[in-house]
Amino acid sequence: MRLTIVSILLLLVSHRGNTSVWDVCATCSIQTIEEAVERAAPSDTVRVQKGVYVCEDIELRKPVVLLGEDGAVLDGLGTGYVLKILSDSVAVSGFKIINSGRSYTKDFAAIYVFRSSYFTLSNLEIVDPFFGILLEKSKNGTVVNNRVYGVSKREDDSGNGIHLWHCTNIIVEHNEVYGLRDGIYLEFVDESKISKNYTHNNIRYGLHFMFSNHDEYVDNIFENNGAGVAVMFSKFIIMQNNRFTHNWGTASYGLLLKEIYDAEVIDNSFTENTIGIFIDGSTRINYTGNLFEQNGWAIKVSGGCYTNKFYQNNFIGNSFDVSYNSKMNDNSFNGNYWSDYTGYDLDKDGIGDVPYRPVKLFSYIVNNTPETIILLRSLFVDIINFSEKVSPVFTPDDLIDNQPSTFSFQ
Amino acid sequence: MILKVLKYSFSDLIRSRWSYVYLAFYLVLGFVLLFLNENLSKAVITLMNIVVVLTPMIGTIFGIMYFYNSREFTELLLAQPIRRRTIFLGQYLGVALSLSLSLVVGLGIPFAIYGITQSSQIWDFTALLVSGTFLTFIFSGLSIYIGLLNSNKIKGFGYAILMWLFFAVIYDGVFLISLIVFDDYPLDTFTLFASFFNPIDLSRIMILLKLDISALLGYTGALFQKFFGTGQGLVVAFIMLLLWVFGPMLMLVRKSSKKDF
Repeated sequence: MRLTIVSILLLLVSHRGNTSVWDVCATCSIQTIEEAVERAAPSDTVRVQKGVYVCEDIELRKPVVLLGEDGAVLDGLGTGYVLKILSDSVAVSGFKIINSGRSYTKDFAAIYVFRSSYFTLSNLEIVDPFFGILLEKSKNGTVVNNRVYGVSKREDDSGNGIHLWHCTNIIVEHNEVYGLRDGIYLEFVDESKISKNYTHNNIRYGLHFMFSNHDEYVDNIFENNGAGVAVMFSKFIIMQNNRFTHNWGTASYGLLLKEIYDAEVIDNSFTENTIGIFIDGSTRINYTGNLFEQNGWAIKVSGGCYTNKFYQNNFIGNSFDVSYNSKMNDNSFNGNYWSDYTGYDLDKDGIGDVPYRPVKLFSYIVNNTPETIILLRSLFVDIINFSEKVSPVFTPDDLIDNQPSTFSFQ
Repeated sequence: MILKVLKYSFSDLIRSRWSYVYLAFYLVLGFVLLFLNENLSKAVITLMNIVVVLTPMIGTIFGIMYFYNSREFTELLLAQPIRRRTIFLGQYLGVALSLSLSLVVGLGIPFAIYGITQSSQIWDFTALLVSGTFLTFIFSGLSIYIGLLNSNKIKGFGYAILMWLFFAVIYDGVFLISLIVFDDYPLDTFTLFASFFNPIDLSRIMILLKLDISALLGYTGALFQKFFGTGQGLVVAFIMLLLWVFGPMLMLVRKSSKKDF
């Protein structure tokens, strides 16, 4: 009994006191990462010095810290995975990773994490991977300060930058992803936080959310992606302070919400997107403090959207503020600022005395006959819009902002 | 010689009160818009709606008014050994130039004071002034041509106003209704070509390309995509507007050389 206690104590002491550092370099005694990892004890550090290291399918099965110094490059030779993290408490940092494999049958990734907890991936530069960072069935991890980029042209032969599948409580922060299929992809990911990332010029979505609940993404910038950001089939999502810009194209939007329930869309800015937010079958969502500027359609509402609340948003210079494809409306648009508002405010309380109708007849016409878009802003269109405004026939007559703000919100 | 006639017409218009009224109107409009709208981009958008409707109207009315007013002087010139082409082109350019100058100066001053040259809106604003100038040239040319066709002032005025109304409102109405009626057919080629035959639509599209490109790219047609998505749209619209300037000018020259005064 005593012996076991002593030995445990000894083990603990040795464990805490002797975390050794294993250097890897061309002239060191250890020249490969495999060997260093092999010899390292749990929670040891493997420090990789400057140089190019061949790194095919290296598996980290114990909690080690893998640290790349300036100029440390991992070369996957294009065969398969580069690093596989299969243990808890692994940290990988500071590498440039090149030539990870491509496949049509396997999800090869530069860094693959499976069933790991408390891992940290930071300061990595991943060049032209199939998948950049692929996390599966993992928990409590952190992915920070990485740069993942490629030169993908087609959806079918490219992977995602940072891909999370069946994960819980992951922090994805300060990453930059461009030139891949989806910038950041989440499927069955709960209680995670995606913040301060910059995804741009990806072929499909900047951020893609599926079946993920109780997540939040804040302070991200999504720019010039093929179709913007898609959030689908998820509940209790908080989207705050993100910037959605320049998502142009026929099926392109700043933000797509499909089958989303109980979410908050707060303080985001949507500028110069073909569609700012496309809402389809989403219910109980609060939109507040958002800025919609110079979008084609600020908000396009498709069927099955109930009790959504829009308040204190700024709608400035959009071609169309709100577009509906039916006459039904169960959403409220009270108390927003609309730059197209032409009413007056006699009692000077900052609330316009005349209600505002954000849905124009012309947006209804364009929905039915898209070619008519060429007549946008013509005098004739202004005239028919005006007559519809006076007596709505085609547009939902209860879709009114009863308290339009006369000043824009800060 | 053409320059002399031009110079005379020009200075005649500059000396007349109307040119200043027109200039003052744009000055006031510019300042008021900038005062009411907190930012330049909003002012530019509002201005666009005004310019696209107003410059053709002013061009039309001024053109025909000047033509009828200076009839005696025209007859005097006709008695001199001057080519008819010179006389009428000179008069036309005199009107168009003085109107364009009022537009550019009148809007340019307030926007310059509010710092348009340093803002990102400078290209939108330039597009606006360019299309305004084009419209002035086109519509004053067309209305002088109508003046040449009709010696009766009332009739001439009527036709000129009708012409403006046709291009500003009626054309778009017919266009829109035909698009809706023939909804089942592929329409993008028709749509593009139909808009080429109306200078107001052309200059509107030129401005749309700047202001509403995000909405325009929402349409699925490949032709549209090519037209709007690349610089092609702007170039084509510009060339068509040039054609629209030279068309009425040629008609004017031909008509004037044949007309019996």
